[in-house]
Amino acid sequence: MRAFISCVYLFLYAPIALVVLFSFNAGRNASEFTAFSTAWYGKALSNTFLVSALQNSLIIAFTSAALAAVFGTMAALGMERLSSRMRALFDALFAAAIVVPGVVIGIATLVALVAVFSFVNPTIAALWPGDQPPQLGLGYGSIIAAHGLFSMALVAMIVKARIASLGRDIVEASSDLYATPLTTFRLIVLPQILPSILAGFLLAFTFSFDDFIIAFFVAGSKTTLPIYVFASIRRGVTPEINAIATLVLVASLLLILTARVLMREKKSKSGE
Amino acid sequence: MRAAMNTKRNLVTAALVAPAAAWLTVFLVLPFIAMLVFAFGERAPEGGYQVAFTFAQFANLPTRAAAFWNTLLLAPAGALLCLIVAYPVAYYLAVKANPRYRLILVSLVVVPFWTSLLVRTYAWMYILGSRGIPNLLAMIGIEDVRMLNTPGAVLLGIVYGYLPLMIMPIYVSLERLDRRLLEASADLGAKPVSTFFGVTLPLSLPGVTTGVALVTILLLGEYLIPQLLGGGKVFFIGNALVDLFLQSRNWPFGSAIAVTLVAVVVVVLMVAMRIAWRVAGTRQVDLV
Repeated sequence: MRAFISCVYLFLYAPIALVVLFSFNAGRNASEFTAFSTAWYGKALSNTFLVSALQNSLIIAFTSAALAAVFGTMAALGMERLSSRMRALFDALFAAAIVVPGVVIGIATLVALVAVFSFVNPTIAALWPGDQPPQLGLGYGSIIAAHGLFSMALVAMIVKARIASLGRDIVEASSDLYATPLTTFRLIVLPQILPSILAGFLLAFTFSFDDFIIAFFVAGSKTTLPIYVFASIRRGVTPEINAIATLVLVASLLLILTARVLMREKKSKSGE
Repeated sequence: MRAAMNTKRNLVTAALVAPAAAWLTVFLVLPFIAMLVFAFGERAPEGGYQVAFTFAQFANLPTRAAAFWNTLLLAPAGALLCLIVAYPVAYYLAVKANPRYRLILVSLVVVPFWTSLLVRTYAWMYILGSRGIPNLLAMIGIEDVRMLNTPGAVLLGIVYGYLPLMIMPIYVSLERLDRRLLEASADLGAKPVSTFFGVTLPLSLPGVTTGVALVTILLLGEYLIPQLLGGGKVFFIGNALVDLFLQSRNWPFGSAIAVTLVAVVVVVLMVAMRIAWRVAGTRQVDLV
């Protein structure tokens, strides 16, 4: 049994280790390790297409995760006070945002946005006084919106679970002592749910940063890092891609570890 | 006074949920309605959509039958293979592992799931490609083995990519298992094997159901693994959708396929929930 378990761990980590190892390979050949070198990292980071894809990914991941953290938390706080029927509707929609395959979310967003653009753009053009009316199109906005949907659901779920385990008595004590609802929120509730919000933010960031398929549909002419990596793989695997892949792995690993630490803190504090 | 307070309270609640509600409406509900409308439309001559009401798109579904069959065969097959590998791991982690290292071992299982699937899948292109295992096999005299771009490679990629998602729910249900039941079974003279099949396995079925359902549902919409490891020879529905929307720009037909995919997902979900209720109360899965 132990041998089998060891094999499974090897199976899980060997491919990752291989990519990391070959990112430090001096040679171009992907089958033999010639000498240790960090040259491919330098090449990767001086590749302007790649750096701009990385920038796009960071901007999109940060914005969609921030939106999701704020709106998802607000929704989690508001949902408690909704009627049970409305709450069930919200739960179902959030669950749908998570369960529906990314491919379909991407398509649905694309279809809907294009329908909106084909109506809005001529209208703007007709009303615009100057020669060059602004055109709405796919890009940052559409990717952020589509990632924000999934991320908001994720944050709302995580924060809602935390609120459910929150002690009611301390909130009641606070209002008995004449704190305004806003003060109670700021001094009592927020500090307790903050780790969950941060964890949700980090998970949403990671999801957005790693997502390929949704962005592939709604990116328009914008290129995110996964889209760039995917396109490069189809042109042939190079050590440069290994270097980027390693950087992506390290980044998502750090974010996930931070998120997990934050969530564990939540659990120990609530005494589970 | 009280009525005024209630109104104010309702306003605050509405303000709190409004942004998320707007987001869900604009980017989930309306797009689905649009997709449904598109599915009954026609392809415009230059690509895209033009208004019509026809069932032609749904009648065309058999032309993409290969993608449907691949998905409907390989997704459950992949989930079952995952289960076969995952169960012993979950069992070891929950029952056998030294409690001191348990948390680390469990984290080590989850971490790959949260790193880029694209990168992890592409690592297998290396290993299965002509310079990888086939190259090693050639050295010992086994020539011309092709591994990449086969259904087997896709299955391998599926097991690799989704294994953590299968291990976790099974681990959770095994971990909650009451140890006294195992002792009672042993005290009553049951051999370890009978205890496993009579007590442990039945009590872990909720986790097994959750795992199989989760993995199957996610696999139904998979795109990357068949694309990278199947080399465009092993098509899934996801691949057909990308082709229809981004290459041939046949939006109505693509919408019809997407609608059908969602219907299949819903059916799988409902069947899974039915089974889950039957084998014992559903359990929440804590993936993070």
